[in-house]
Amino acid sequence: MKDKKTLTFSIMDGPYEQARTVTVFRLLDNAARRGYNLNVFAYEGAVNLPFSKQSKHPNAVHGHDAAEEDHPLPKDWVASLIQTAKKHGGALDWINCGLCVDERGAHEAIDGCRRGTPGDLWNWAQQSDNTLIVGTR
Amino acid sequence: MEKYLLIESRDPYETREVENNYALASSLATAGNDVTLFLVQNGVLPARKGAKLNGLQEVINSGVHVLGDEFSLRERGIAMDTLPKGIRAAPIDVVVDQLAEGRKAIWL
Repeated sequence: MKDKKTLTFSIMDGPYEQARTVTVFRLLDNAARRGYNLNVFAYEGAVNLPFSKQSKHPNAVHGHDAAEEDHPLPKDWVASLIQTAKKHGGALDWINCGLCVDERGAHEAIDGCRRGTPGDLWNWAQQSDNTLIVGTR
Repeated sequence: MEKYLLIESRDPYETREVENNYALASSLATAGNDVTLFLVQNGVLPARKGAKLNGLQEVINSGVHVLGDEFSLRERGIAMDTLPKGIRAAPIDVVVDQLAEGRKAIWL
């Protein structure tokens, strides 16, 4: 595929903190639907985005049980992005910074996410058509 | 001439750092580069009718392509037909397009 591009993103914000995460996920979704190959290097709090033990909870203020509340979980968004990329002929490879994982005890990640080092980000940046670093503020 | 994509997600009323980011965009354009400033999230707030543009007017005057994320504008109730001259609404596709073309990209 002549126009198949490879884009790398680095994100650092943890779940439920910043609109930046949603914006990056919108970018990933858009690129995934084009069939691009995507790399995501999760650094610092972002390693908790694909944490597999996230669970839905009830909301007493809303009077909802867990099913009714249907609270969105970032791990499901990550899984959905991986599936979207695959469905359109691309791939989304997700690496969690290993030291950041150890610091946070976030060892359990969903399928499709693995552990690595900042060296992986460097290698991806060398191999990609472009790289966008989205830092914390 | 280089091509740049700058992404601003904050508004200039939140932090003065944004004014420095505007100055970066203006400087790059004044130096002859092709510069897109993509405003997203609260970055679109200066585009609200009646808001003070602060340094953003200089960015526009310097020839930077200033775009406001359609989704962010809708979220904040900013009608796209009321944007100041020099700011255009655009889908987030533009960012992916420009990343794919290999522009130098900075999330400010």
